[in-house]
Amino acid sequence: MTPILSLKNISKTFGSGDQAVHAVRDVSFDVFPGECLAVVGESGSGKTTLANMILGVFGQSGGEIWFDGELLPARRALEHRKAIQLVQQNPLSSLNPKRSVGASVRLGLDVYGIGAKSDRWSLVEQALQEVGLPPDYRRRAPAALSGGQRQRVAIARALACQSRLVVLDEPTSALDVLVQARVLRLLNDLRGDKGLSYVFITHDLSVVRNVADRVAVFKSGQLVECAPTREIFETPKQAYTRQLIGAVPVVAPEELRLRNRLASEETP
Amino acid sequence: MSDVLKISDLYLRFRGYTGVTEVLHGISLNIRAGERVALVGESGSGKSVTARIVLGILQELRTAKVQGGLEFEGRDLNKLSASQWHDLRGTAMSIIFQDPTSSLNPVFTIETQFAEVLRRRDAKMSDAAANARAAELLNSVSIHDHERVLNSYPFQLSGGMNQRVVIAMALANEPSLLIADEPGTALDVTVQAQTLKLMHDLVEQSGTAVFFISHNLGVVREFADRVYVIYRGRIVEHGPTAAIFDNPSHAYTRALMAAVPRITGGGIPDIDDVDTAFLDPMVIHDGGAT
Repeated sequence: MTPILSLKNISKTFGSGDQAVHAVRDVSFDVFPGECLAVVGESGSGKTTLANMILGVFGQSGGEIWFDGELLPARRALEHRKAIQLVQQNPLSSLNPKRSVGASVRLGLDVYGIGAKSDRWSLVEQALQEVGLPPDYRRRAPAALSGGQRQRVAIARALACQSRLVVLDEPTSALDVLVQARVLRLLNDLRGDKGLSYVFITHDLSVVRNVADRVAVFKSGQLVECAPTREIFETPKQAYTRQLIGAVPVVAPEELRLRNRLASEETP
Repeated sequence: MSDVLKISDLYLRFRGYTGVTEVLHGISLNIRAGERVALVGESGSGKSVTARIVLGILQELRTAKVQGGLEFEGRDLNKLSASQWHDLRGTAMSIIFQDPTSSLNPVFTIETQFAEVLRRRDAKMSDAAANARAAELLNSVSIHDHERVLNSYPFQLSGGMNQRVVIAMALANEPSLLIADEPGTALDVTVQAQTLKLMHDLVEQSGTAVFFISHNLGVVREFADRVYVIYRGRIVEHGPTAAIFDNPSHAYTRALMAAVPRITGGGIPDIDDVDTAFLDPMVIHDGGAT
């Protein structure tokens, strides 16, 4: 299968000389159509820098990014910007407080020229419905919605652009656990229904275990381990991965058993 | 064992443009000496306002109306004057906030801030004595290069380091009650685990009671002896930590528990929107009653 996204020896350095910060170093991985690849690591491990390069916010210092068999240039064409969308961590700061929810969702349609002008409000309403919000919410201001509803709007905005790959940068970290569960289910359902692919960036390993197909573990800008989710959690190869899993606060006895087992075993 | 903190039938109302909003609907809880008690719930459930009431901060707000019994070490807090309450804060009771970096003052060095905390108990403490005591306290939170840390500004230290500094400061005057409001939520999971363990060991050694406020059930399970679950300003369940986690009995606690993703897998559960059963009467487990 051709990967929808392919990163080949990507690196990113900020600054130069003594001041140089190597945020991402020689990273390669593929994301296949319909797949959810989780990118995990601590703060400063290069997760968000990686997301920005995939989205074309800034170019990479070295390496190539391929999307659906095409090499992406540093300056992205409109069609690529449309196909790769972002959902950010804090929906309150990612939605313009002065625009109505509908206007925020519609902006993408206008910029990318999706649908006839006269149809665009109905496309906005359709996108809101797909994320479980009533269509008349398009007239509301973001401040009139709850955190979970705002995050649904952010998801609707990414979907309305007919995106194929969505970069989810900590999409549920700012949400309460009950709301998080609903948003995660929505994301899972949408992926199945629309054949989307996700790059799911998070530091929350228990979320990763339940939503991702594969996991890429980052440390200090380097990819230390990339494997199917089950393998990462049951037989992690790297001591760092074990350490990350070992630090997750758990609620159930079977989770505690897994954590204790990983702590007692030697890294192969 | 005697109660360090006793809250009985506490109500909180805010007066706004659109009328009065009741935020706490008569909550009661107690914390015994040396005990670690958690208050767990979602955003807006009333956790942090409870902490601020105990510290007497919210009472200073003209729009807030607080009503109910507040007892700290047998003293009726409602009878304290503003200055008496001020004397209590940072000495007999202290607090650790969520984000350590923003709870430290960015324009003063750690040394200056430490001395300020220590002088709350002993106003005449000399610089040298304050420095020596600060070094000793930093040692207890596993910071061994205290000279560098004391001469640093908070922004020159990592989040984990700042969190340790804040813990050391909070315990500096040997308080009998430490309020920890979502400690470490802003930190990475590995750093959070280390600092919680550190805090756990320190309060155990010093016999400090902890009022632990969190939305993270996993953290609560590892830290607390007893748990109160709060939903929309009402305590819905309380009991020893093991009882709550092994046998959650209230509909809301069960939903909260089910919603936590497990590292052993099992998928994301289907959670109903607000359920009327969440407003069922409180469940008290054996060992939870006051």
